[in-house]
Order: sequence, then structure tokens, then C-alpha cells
Amino acid sequence: MRLTARVATGLLCALLLTPLLSPGASAAMEDAQEQAEQLGEEQEEQLEAELAEVTDEELAEDTAELLRAMATQDIRALQAAIEDIAASQDADTLPALLALRDRRLFFTDDETLIIEDARDGTFREAITGEPREDLDAGDLNEPRATNPIRRILRPTIGALQIFADDPAARLAAAEELAERPRPEMRDAIVAALDEETAAETERLLNIALAQLDLDSEDDARRLEAVEIVAEVRASRLRSDLQALLEVDDDGNHLESSEEVREAAAAGIRAIEDRERTARFVSDLVFGLSMGSVLLLAAMGLAIIFGLMGVINMAHGELLMVGAYTTFMTQALFALLIPQYFHYYLIAAVPLAFLGAGAVGIAMERGVIRFLYTRPLETLLATWGISLILMQSARMIFGAQNVSVASPPWFSGSVQIMQGVSLSTSRVGVIVFAIFVVGLVWVLMNRTRLGLEVRAVMQNRDMAACLGVPARRVDMWTFGMGAGVAGLGGVALSQIVNVGPEMGQNYIVESFMVVVLGGVGSLFGPVLSALGIGVTTKFLEPAVGAVLGTIIVFAAIILFIQWRPQGIFALKGRSADD
Amino acid sequence: MHPNKIPPPETSLAGRAARTATGVALALGLATAGAATAQADEDPIKVGILHSLSGTMAISETSLRDVALMTIEDINENGGLLGRELEPVVMDPGSDWPTYAEHAREMIERENVDVIFGSWTSVSREAVLPVLEELNGLMFYPVQYEGEESSRNIFYTGAAPNQQTLPGVEYLMSEEGGGAERFFLVGTDYVFPRTTNRIVRAYLNAHGISDDAIEEVYFPFEHEDFQTLVSDIDSFSQDGPTAVINTINGDSNVAFYQELANQGIDPIDIPVLATSVGEEELRGMDTDPLAGHLAAWNYFMSIETPENERFTERWMEYVEQEGLSGGSDRVTNDPMEATHIGMRMWAQAVLQAGTTDVDAVRQAVYGQCVDAPSGFEVCMDDENHHLHKPVIIGEIQPDGQFFPVWETDDVVRAEPWSDYVEGNEDRVANWRYPWVCGDCEEPTYGLSF
Repeated sequence: MRLTARVATGLLCALLLTPLLSPGASAAMEDAQEQAEQLGEEQEEQLEAELAEVTDEELAEDTAELLRAMATQDIRALQAAIEDIAASQDADTLPALLALRDRRLFFTDDETLIIEDARDGTFREAITGEPREDLDAGDLNEPRATNPIRRILRPTIGALQIFADDPAARLAAAEELAERPRPEMRDAIVAALDEETAAETERLLNIALAQLDLDSEDDARRLEAVEIVAEVRASRLRSDLQALLEVDDDGNHLESSEEVREAAAAGIRAIEDRERTARFVSDLVFGLSMGSVLLLAAMGLAIIFGLMGVINMAHGELLMVGAYTTFMTQALFALLIPQYFHYYLIAAVPLAFLGAGAVGIAMERGVIRFLYTRPLETLLATWGISLILMQSARMIFGAQNVSVASPPWFSGSVQIMQGVSLSTSRVGVIVFAIFVVGLVWVLMNRTRLGLEVRAVMQNRDMAACLGVPARRVDMWTFGMGAGVAGLGGVALSQIVNVGPEMGQNYIVESFMVVVLGGVGSLFGPVLSALGIGVTTKFLEPAVGAVLGTIIVFAAIILFIQWRPQGIFALKGRSADD
Repeated sequence: MHPNKIPPPETSLAGRAARTATGVALALGLATAGAATAQADEDPIKVGILHSLSGTMAISETSLRDVALMTIEDINENGGLLGRELEPVVMDPGSDWPTYAEHAREMIERENVDVIFGSWTSVSREAVLPVLEELNGLMFYPVQYEGEESSRNIFYTGAAPNQQTLPGVEYLMSEEGGGAERFFLVGTDYVFPRTTNRIVRAYLNAHGISDDAIEEVYFPFEHEDFQTLVSDIDSFSQDGPTAVINTINGDSNVAFYQELANQGIDPIDIPVLATSVGEEELRGMDTDPLAGHLAAWNYFMSIETPENERFTERWMEYVEQEGLSGGSDRVTNDPMEATHIGMRMWAQAVLQAGTTDVDAVRQAVYGQCVDAPSGFEVCMDDENHHLHKPVIIGEIQPDGQFFPVWETDDVVRAEPWSDYVEGNEDRVANWRYPWVCGDCEEPTYGLSF
């Protein structure tokens, strides 16, 4: 009800404002109303913003003049046109600017500027507002907003949108202005501050204004500006504050006010403090993230090599099988149920477990079970299997990497603190690692299979005497390890490239994690993976990635020399062998 | 009319006749000599194609084989050269560097190829080089590389550093490119990035950017975790306008750009200029996070010139005709253009020389010009075995193509021995007779005249 009422009000206003509404435009309005009624509450505000954008008025001649200059494919001419618009601060140019930003702006061969509607993809003329149904996307030329153009375009849109009715649009505009304030926008910011009611938007506008006022004539205003800027504690502003502390050749301060200088110095100290904390937190977080990737890659091996003692050189290819299963699940979802496409990743988890597990069981039944007493042959045989698997992947999927898209709920990033953000996919990997460790723990300690696995691993003959089918348990254990490796593959597909050779990158690291963690232990790898991750990340800024890796490898070798059983050693009879 | 018709030598080369007078005279002499040995006209001319079709380099090199075969087909459809068909001899060194040398030897000694088109990585080229010099073979190398090499048996049709990276740096320092005052050099840890960055650093120093505004970081091959790097770039950029020169090779780029996007690095604040990311590399990537970043090359598929339209159309037609994997997703890229140019140049030189003899063809290649798909007339230098090429900066678009934003006014002469590298002052790359060079000996085999 409320929604309809609002749209009706909007319509009424539009009618009042544009007495000469053309029939086509009123039809468009009716369409808009119909659409509005279908939309839910949460989309209401967005729609209003867009309605504001749809002008069907013919624009004033000087605005039209400004816009016409945008109909060009010459990037320098386009840049000049945008600079003119930025200088004019003409609010009527906003729809065209937004369209240019979102790549919805086109022009015909006779240089008529065309805007594609963001909602329904229809075309209309930017200057007259007339719909152009005769046009096809193929006939249109596109002015390209390259980097130099976007550098002006973004703050210009910000300065114009700061007066929008939609609070969300105002907030976005204020964020943009606080990030890249331009001197010519000062008046707009001051005017907007007078009207602004939302606290956050006001704060951002104040920050934007303060940055422009750092060289104000008025001492008090300058001091206030420095204090506001210092409060933000953004590294970006450090150089601005630093400029206030500079001395000229004779040793005189360029900044006359002692107070301002002190405030600036305090601001710089605050920024540096925050940067130090951020550095530490980010090293830690990145280290945990890297550790969880290593852990997921190594967890399957912790079962196959750690518990069973099989040196499985094809471990990396089991990861690859998991990653390709994810790719295939994605393809199947796109083909069969595109409406649920974004959830393919969830379905990929069990499928990858089963897929890689099946490959593992086939490996065990076909080759490895004949070689349990001959570790060296196992090593060679599994290496051969890894080559076979890699070549098969190449033959089925091609040598090129395949692209596994992250679903939208899995892209973007999470801000942990100012200056430290972790991508959502990596947060997901950390969570997933916890899930996999939990899953393995449950499998090993809360299921009959787990009990039998532990029994067979501890004392094979005794377990067999008590009626545990040892050979079958071998098979299931190997399958489980392979399945867990497949889960690792699902996680890897979200952060690294999926290709036939992807597994090769993880084989050495996986063995390292298992050996360091302690062969036979399941929680040793958790500790060693996180340890390796965090150590590497703390070393990387100091000595670089190449040397950092070497140092970590060397440290592990020394550690294993000192404590060959790894961090955790199995206590009990099997450890005595 | 076939799109890639080889122009008859007498029309296209007339203007250059004076400059290559020696070569022509020489070639004519040899042509008679060649005829005298009464080589059967039906014998095909063998052309070696030495690109990896398996292993890690297959991703990049397979399309070079394809475009080479396409160009051979074009030449054959025009009646071949000197009345003889071209016959491709394709060998797959499997991304194994010593195998490149073995196959090159096999091609020249056993298969008697007259020319080789091949190689991608510098290390594979360096493996082939001694074989070529020993057996006096001829190879066209189509990939941008770090320079610091010159051989009379190789023609380099890819860019030297001053034809790719340095103009890119110049663009980034210009107002249009963002006016960068601080540079972050990121690369994979091997010879190309290290040499390129040494040249870039010297260039920056010479242009008033001191060492404390330059950061240089390397990563192992296949490195996938760039979180620390990106947060370092972010904090490095806080002290002034910053640009990143990216010489990371291969797949690692996906992880790098993904991380840039994740941490919210916008190309309008910190543009990243890549020297090893082209259309073919973008094909296997999710390109959204890369949009707006830059790459410097001598050719882009999206360039709008009649020559390029013909080239790309012919390529897509060839892909369809041969049923190549990837189908309509296939793209053209800079090394493919360089292969195509190289092969046309060689064909013109053979026509001019009237023989396929290596020494005669080499002389005839000097000064040879081709209307390149890039829209420029690119010519082989008279001395240093490198092409004069235009430099184009492109912005990556979400569809995996590049939008050219800047290009040099004219072609740029290659400097294989960069002035910015110490010890290069006295080095000369000049392979005209009499042979003069800085880092080589007089040829030890007999000259054919």
C-alpha cells in the first residue's frame, strides 16, 4: 500500500513538473509504475533514485551543448568534454554521466547521444529524452571512459549526486568526495553540508571539506581542518599532514601556526601507530589464511600418508580432481538450473568428495593394494598415476586453465580493521578448513569406520584377528583421504587457477605440512600448516617472498633434524615400530 | 583475392632498392648459383616450426604454431615461393629447453629446413642459439624479450625493452597516465623481469625518480598468494601517485589481479601496467577484476585498421576451417602478429633473393617492410635484426579485449643493447657485412661470396 502511494505521489509530482508530458513518456511512466508494484520494499529506494534519473524533459541548450561533446570515440576529446561538465556543475548532465560510468552511454553515427536504460535495456536520446526503439546495440558507438576520464568523472558524479534525494546515493557521493576531493567542488560541499541530515554523510563531507581547507587562510579553520583530517587516520592523508611540517631552506616553518604544526605531528603519529597495528594484524590474518589453504591441501595427505603410510605422489592430482569437479558442477548448474547457479559451490562440496574419493578407491583397488609392503614402488607407481591423471585432464578439458567463477556471495572482501581487509573467498576458505578438520575428526572418532581405521592403523594383525576386514578398511581409508583431498580442491578452485598442473604446486607443501605436524597425527597438520603460513607471512615483508620461502624450508629441515617425529608424535605401540 | 597476399617484390620493394642494394646484388648472384645446381622445382621449401604443443608453454605457443601454419597456407595459395610450395615441419619440444636445441639441430641437419619460426621463453631461445650459429641456420623469434642479445642467425620480431616497457613507463609518468612519481616493480623471479626492471630503474633514475620511490619485488613461478604484496602496494602508494609495472609471468597474474580487486585497488588510483598479459592470457581469466588496468604491446586484437580486420577475419576463418580447439573464443595477440610479420618478411626476402640460402635471405631481410596488422608499416632494421615497431598502451576491458589509449606517433627502433644497462656503451648490434658486433666473434664458417 505504502509503495503504491509513494509511486503515485511521484507520478503526481512528475505530472506537475512536466505539463507537456509526451504520450510515449507517460506510457513509460505507467510501465515504471507497473514495475514498481512488482518490486519489494527493499528495492523501493533504489527505484526512486532511478526514477529521478529518467528525465523526459528536453534539456536546456547549454546542457545539451555540454552533452553533445561526449559523442566521440576520441578519448582526448571525451576527456575535454568531461572536464567542461565538471567545471559547469550542471546537475542535468548526471544521467549521462552515470550512463558513461556504467557503460550505458552510446552515440549513433550522426552523433546523437543515446542512454541505455539501466532497468530494461531500452534506448532513449540523452538530450531530448525520446525513446529510440529503432536502435540496436550493434549500430551504436560507445564513448570509452578510460582511466584519465574516470579520474574526473567519479568526483564529478559525487559532487552532483550529493544533492540527490536518496540518502544512499548521497552517502556514496560523500564517500567519493572524501576520497578524492577536488578544489572546484568546495562550494558544492559547503552547500550540501548545510542541507545534510544523515550523520555519516555529514561526517564524510566534513572530511572532504577539511582536506580542501588544509591551506585555508584562517588559522582557526586550518587547525580545525588538521584535527578532522588527523582523526581519519588514513595513510592517504599522511603526506598532506607532512606538508604542514615542512621547513624552507632557511629552516623557517612554512606553516606559521605552532598549534597547527603540533596537531599535524600528532595526526602523523596516530596514523603511524595505526599502520603498525594494521601491519601486524594483516600479517597474522594473511598468515592464517595461507595456513588454512595449506591445511586444506594437506588434510587428505594427513590421512593417506600420515595414517596409512602410503607415499602418495598423486595427491596433488586428487586436489585437481576436486577442482575440476567444481568446474563441472558449475557448468552443469549453468546448463540445467541457471536460476540456482550461485549455489553451485554448495553442491560441489559433496560431489568433489565423492568424485575424488572414487578416483582414490580406484587407485587403491587397482594399484596401491599390491604395493603396501613396498614403499619405494608405491612412490613410483603413484607418481605414474599422477602423470596419467594430469594428461587425462589435459585431454578432457584442454591444456588451458578453466575459469571457475566465484559466486557473488563469495567475492568482495571483509574489512577486519582500517587498512586490513581479507577477501571473502579467503574468509570462506578459513571457515571451510575448520569444517573439514571437524568433518575428519567426526569421521575418525565418531563413526564405526573411524574406529576400525584407528584399530587397523595401530595394530593391523590384532584388528584382523578381532574380525576387522583390514583390507577393506584400507580401501575406505584411502577413499576417505582422497575425498578430503577433493574438498581441498573445491577450496583451491576459488582462490587459484584450475588447470591440469595445479596439483603440482601443492605436493611438496602438503608433505611438508604432514611431516612437520607429525606423521600419524591429525591435529599436528593443523598446527604446522598455520605455523608455516604465519611464519611465511611475517617473513615476506622483511625479506621478500623468494627468500622467505627458503628460510621457512630451511627452518623446517632443522626442526625435523632435531625432532624427527614432528610436532605431535603418536604415543602408543605403533610409535615404537 | 586472398587477404594476406604477398605483394610482388618489384612493386613493394622498389622504394627500398637503394638501401638494400648490396643485398639485392648479392641475392641475384646467389640466385643464379642456386639455379645452377638445378634444384628440382617441385621440391617444397621446408619451414621449421618449433613451438611447444605440450607442457606448461603449450598454452601460449600453440597459437603461434597455428598462425604460422595459417600464413604458410596463405603463401601456398598464392603459388608458394619461387614456384615451390612451402612445407611446414612441426616439432614439439614439450616445454623442455634442451629439447628445443635438439629439435633445431634435427630440423636443420636432417629435415633441411630453410628457416625456423619458433621459441617463446628466453631460455629456449638461448638453447637454440648455439645450434643456429654452428649450422648457420636462420630463426625468427616472435616474442617480446629483455634484449641484451644479438645474433646474426636470429631475427627478433618481438619487442626489445625500449619498444614495450619504457614507453609504458613514459605513459604512466605523463599526466594522462596518472602522473606517477612512485613505481612498484613486481615480477616473477627470472631473467626477463630482472633485466627489464634493471632497465626500468635506470630509466626512472635518469628521469628524476630516485631509488627510494622505486620498490622492486619478485615472486617464484606459480606463486598464488599476493595478499602481502597488494597491501604493501597500497601503503607504498600513500606517499604519492603510484604505478605498478607488472612483469609477473603466466597464471600467477590471475591471483595477483584478483587480490588487487579484493583489496579495492582501483586502476584510477594505482594503474598496473603489464608486459606479459595479452589477449590469449586473458582468455582463461575472469577479466572483471582486471578492467581498467593497462598493458603495453605492439599490437592489440581490437585495433581498428583494415590490415587488422583482414588478419583477424582470416584467423577466425582459419580456426573454423581447421576446427581448432577454443573455436570462436580464439583471439589474436602480439606474438601471433609478430610471427605473421616475420613469416611474410622472410617470404618477401626469399622472393627478393631468389633463393632460400640463409646468407642471401639474411641480407635480403634487412630493410624489408610489411604493412602490419597494427596499422603501421614495420620494417626490419638495416643492422640489428630487430623490427621497428609502434608501441601501444591498451586498457583492459571486461570482455577480455584491450582498448588502445595511447600509441607512439611512429615506429620505434629497437635497442637490443639498452643504454640504461651498464657495460653496454661499446656494444654494437650490427650484422651488415663486414660483421661488426660488440659481443661476438667473426663468423668462423666460410662466407658464400
